[in-house]
Amino acid sequence: MTKKISILVVDDEESVRDSLYNWFIEDGYRVECAESAKMALSILESESFDIVLADIKMPGMDGLEMLKRIKSLKKETIVIVMTAFATVDTAVQALKDGAFDYVTKPFDPDDLSHLVRNASKQVALVEENEVLKQKVATLESVEDIVGASEAMQNVLRQVESVAQSNSSVIITGESGTGKELIARAIHANSSRKYFPLVSVHCGALTESLLESELFGHEKGAFTGALYNRKGRFEMADSGTIFLDEIATISPKMQVELLRVLETKSFIRVGGNKEIKSDFRVICATNKDLKSMVEAGSFREDLFYRLNVVNIHVPPLRDRAGDIPILVDFFIKKYCTSMNKPLVTIDPAALKRLEEFKFPGNIRELENMIERAIVIGNGKRIFLRDLPIESSLIDSSIESLDENEKNHIYLILNKYSWNISRAAKALNIDRVTLYNKIKKYNLNKNDK
Amino acid sequence: MNNQHITIVSFGHFENYFLNSIATEVAQILHFTVKIKEGHIDLSDFYDPFRRQYDGNKLLKIIDAEYSSDSYRTIGLFNVDLFIPILTYIFGQAYLNGTAGIVSVYRLSNERYNLAIDDDILLERTIKEVIHELGHTLGLIHCHTPTCVMRSSTYVEDLDQKSFNFCSICREKIESILADA
Repeated sequence: MTKKISILVVDDEESVRDSLYNWFIEDGYRVECAESAKMALSILESESFDIVLADIKMPGMDGLEMLKRIKSLKKETIVIVMTAFATVDTAVQALKDGAFDYVTKPFDPDDLSHLVRNASKQVALVEENEVLKQKVATLESVEDIVGASEAMQNVLRQVESVAQSNSSVIITGESGTGKELIARAIHANSSRKYFPLVSVHCGALTESLLESELFGHEKGAFTGALYNRKGRFEMADSGTIFLDEIATISPKMQVELLRVLETKSFIRVGGNKEIKSDFRVICATNKDLKSMVEAGSFREDLFYRLNVVNIHVPPLRDRAGDIPILVDFFIKKYCTSMNKPLVTIDPAALKRLEEFKFPGNIRELENMIERAIVIGNGKRIFLRDLPIESSLIDSSIESLDENEKNHIYLILNKYSWNISRAAKALNIDRVTLYNKIKKYNLNKNDK
Repeated sequence: MNNQHITIVSFGHFENYFLNSIATEVAQILHFTVKIKEGHIDLSDFYDPFRRQYDGNKLLKIIDAEYSSDSYRTIGLFNVDLFIPILTYIFGQAYLNGTAGIVSVYRLSNERYNLAIDDDILLERTIKEVIHELGHTLGLIHCHTPTCVMRSSTYVEDLDQKSFNFCSICREKIESILADA
């Protein structure tokens, strides 16, 4: 026994209390006794017990009433009820009210030991479950959202405050900015966290497929519907549904979605039974929904229903200060998953990343780092390991010389420092290229 | 050898050989002098006609109050069927960290289970139960080691599976308790 299980014995008969006390204390449990339900409740208000062993028939408040009160005080407490006069009705009632078990006095010594051992296992399982829930919550929380910049801190503050409410949220931002991670963080920090987060990528499905995916279908609803299937709204009951690329849904689906959001009920494709589901909706889009409303391609009523809270995730180029910690995060992530020792990044390569525009945002940066770890030398990431197009390097580099130097270096790397091929690509002769290499002091192993 | 003694008080008829054997074995295991006394109580005061058994709680109280003052630990030995209000029967019981315990041979004999009479096995079971209850009086709780005498036993088969002795952990605890005594 790793933890000393605590037992509260509640019985109006002293001899019973004494017997149970002696029996359990010899088994190494922590035991206390109460002579009435009232006394037990008062003890339980100030002290918590893993198991309560209570008589049903007691003067004043009976065991069943006490059971209800204990459950309202602390739901996880395991209550075993005992009686000298067992009736099926009281047994059923006790179990309905949440009793762990029901025993008739006197018990066989072995039965009592088994009963309490099983209850102790249940206590351990409940505790283990609680610990695991906390661990899962941490894993799925904001840990994967990396960013020290003011812009990202602001987003995280919004996530925290909106998570506790039940409001619909629209997450906007360019492709690859991590909108789904934000949705996950909202769900993981909400009271719905122990229920599913169901994601639907609306853009990837045709109208009829999306309808069947969201609402489910009955067997025979259409060709290929061989079984009844739950829809995503039904799966998200008590949890959250994340509708990615919401701007891509058809006008018909917009009407259907609006109706579901208003009634929280729907009918499966091919079905006739109304199904209710309690879900929270989070949407994401990289489009300007307001402009789409103005242009008439997105319903205004649906827009307002979804857009209770808007969280805008900034593009990576607007938070270049986060790039070093993102690089560090992805290096750790991929080196660990590939079972490789941690690599470092060359300062020049990092500088270049900070200057890069990243049209594909964090997803692009992540892919670059993953690729660099795969093809690199296993110790350090150099600029040559990064597929950076010079045209997308930040225009803040105004000097022509600097741009020329970067471009030549990029082409040299592209052709593995084959001077003839690089010169041909640059449309200059080999001598000029050698002169430029000398002028800019370019070196194959430099960066 | 500790100069204090343990007393086994017998209630009802027991053969001298049986009592002396228990005393010898307990003395050897616990390193105490063990004395044997004959006790006299009117057991009808402890009889529950509804259950047709004898109240172990009340008997333990009386042993503790009236028989334990002149010895370090006292065990009352009975040959009647013992119960406590919540359990159908008990082999024995004791006060944890107390001075007294009780043991009954009633459910320890083979003939109770329609098996051939075996005095040796009855003696063995009784010795184990006496040492077990003395262990409780010395502050030991139930042990999970299968062969340790402090392992909980609800059936005679459980008693047969364990030994007279304490496991190394319980032995260490006992020695530390006795060193402080």
